[in-house]
Amino acid sequence: MSNRIDCRFEALSAAGRQALVPFITSGYPDPGWTVAIMHALVEAGADVLELGVPFSDPMADGPVIQAASERAISLGVTLGGVLEAVKEFRRQDGITPVVLMGYLNPIERYGHQSFAQDAAASGVDGVLLVDCPPEEMSGLREHLDESGIYPICLVAPTTTPQRMDAIAEHARGYIYYVSFKGITGANRLDEAALVAPLNEIRSHFGLPVAVGFGIKDSESAAAVAGLADGVVIGSALIEHVEKAASKQEACELAAGFLAPIRHAMDNKA
Amino acid sequence: MSIETENPGLLHSEPDEFGHFGPYGGTYVSETLIHALDELKEAYGRWRRDDEFMQRLDSDLAHYVGRPSPIYFAQRLTELAGGARIILKREDLNHTGAHKINNTVGQGLLAHYMGKSRIIAETGAGQHGVASATVAARLDKSCVVYMGEVDIHRQAINVFRMRLLGAEVRSVSSGSKTLKDALNEAMRDWVTNIDDTFYIIGTVAGPHPYPVMVRDFNAVVGREARRQMLAQCETLPDVLVACVGGGSNAMGLFHPFLGDAGVKMIGVEAAGRGLATGQHAASLCAGRPGVLHGCRTYLMDDDAGQIEHTHSVSAGLDYPGVGPEHAWLKDSGRAEYVSITDDEALQAFHNLTRLEGILPALESSHAVAYGMKLAADMSADQTVLINLSGRGDKDVQTVAELENISL
Repeated sequence: MSNRIDCRFEALSAAGRQALVPFITSGYPDPGWTVAIMHALVEAGADVLELGVPFSDPMADGPVIQAASERAISLGVTLGGVLEAVKEFRRQDGITPVVLMGYLNPIERYGHQSFAQDAAASGVDGVLLVDCPPEEMSGLREHLDESGIYPICLVAPTTTPQRMDAIAEHARGYIYYVSFKGITGANRLDEAALVAPLNEIRSHFGLPVAVGFGIKDSESAAAVAGLADGVVIGSALIEHVEKAASKQEACELAAGFLAPIRHAMDNKA
Repeated sequence: MSIETENPGLLHSEPDEFGHFGPYGGTYVSETLIHALDELKEAYGRWRRDDEFMQRLDSDLAHYVGRPSPIYFAQRLTELAGGARIILKREDLNHTGAHKINNTVGQGLLAHYMGKSRIIAETGAGQHGVASATVAARLDKSCVVYMGEVDIHRQAINVFRMRLLGAEVRSVSSGSKTLKDALNEAMRDWVTNIDDTFYIIGTVAGPHPYPVMVRDFNAVVGREARRQMLAQCETLPDVLVACVGGGSNAMGLFHPFLGDAGVKMIGVEAAGRGLATGQHAASLCAGRPGVLHGCRTYLMDDDAGQIEHTHSVSAGLDYPGVGPEHAWLKDSGRAEYVSITDDEALQAFHNLTRLEGILPALESSHAVAYGMKLAADMSADQTVLINLSGRGDKDVQTVAELENISL
């Protein structure tokens, strides 16, 4: 069984394009809108969807994603609900990879094996757990492998070359490079400073590299797309849809935000 | 003297290289922090074996903190309980009024040796924040303390103390607006300012090496108590009792006694309004294993894995997790964990104040309450050693409010 993530990055590579990877918090602004927003993002040019599983204590996230998570939890969103959303999304879209992003404890409570099985059955392709480095993943990893779900690994500016080799043994799908020391949504991205670390990363990993944290518009996305294999946009997108008053408006806002970014990435100098 | 001390029992509870105590502990953090934790592990491993560092630490503990703190036979409290002798380890007499300073003096010195110019800390009751601001002032480092909005209100005196000491107190209004959220925010600060910042975690939780390091710096409490008991009472206590929020004062007391099979250890959690009400902070008594704040441990969460809001009259115990070594001691049966309600703690607060002229912190009052219950069922030739982890001046306003007295 081939993973949708591999297929997508292979196709992009063949076409000489970079992946546009939007992140949304599942259930935000409204649990009933998530699937529609996912489809709208794909229509506007998303290649991979990162779906945030809300957690009460998101240590690595800035105020925007924290607030979105709190809101989603208050509306009753659970990991089970997120899997339901992916299942519904898959009824119309069998090819766009979906990666769940979040923290470990909801999976601990769900159960490692049940989670891996149910996630695979729902059509999840990868899992990125912010507070679970490869060293701590052993219990869960076995079940993810059995279910064909990729663990997506983070690399940070503080990751040493030796550690990159260790992470390379675990990583599948793509590498998520955290562009700066900080939390999601902070405004600190310096594209020029990405060149050296991305070269270093490429010498350790045979996987595509997506860059996230601090990318908020067409300009920064196009600049990063000139250096990396993928661009992750989260906080800026979430801020953009938070004012939506209806499902339709949320979809329009999401698509309206993403389409120009897609255009800028594909037409960069 | 090295920090590993004389008691071979210490070896009973050392984690593996990644900080695992059995299935607990570990390093559950985002990738950005891994390198900083490795650096910290290395620095701590190096300096704890360095004679100059250890001499400076011992000297600070003696001349700045005021150690050793005495043990004190509480005769009138013993009479009220009507059973075993009750002895108090007087951590309330330390500089800044609690055991917390043992750890911040140690970590502050480590920050200094590591060349870090900025100190951050989280605080619940404010004791750890004050203790961090205190060492930051003395070492001439800038200091930011994260504190939940709710705690800022109920510990106003400590907030002002921190500001007097030159620290910036940042209010945290996310989540439950208490200690756990302050910890999240401090982690976010650390990940952002990792090059020049030392994060002084105030309890035996968090990612490795914090649980070990904070325990080691507080183990001076147990080492002293053990020596003092042998010297003054010619016997070891039958039972140790200490309150447990994150669990640093309890771990500091317990650890040097781990090899003494005849010494029972009891950690007292906050039962708040009663375990049955769900409004408590007793993660070991009523929680289950999960992952929070960098370690696997017992915690309080709902069926979806979201961390629950806790309640305790004492801000310092109002935390949904607990140090991973406590989780390990619980499962192994070496220590026992019980709980005391808000009302029982308040009763003990008044008893100790009126009978012994010692005003205990509300946190420590939980240990006093359980210690008295326990002593009542023991014989007069037995001894209960209670860790009086802090003094209660900071809680006067809370107690007055609870009893509808306007100051």
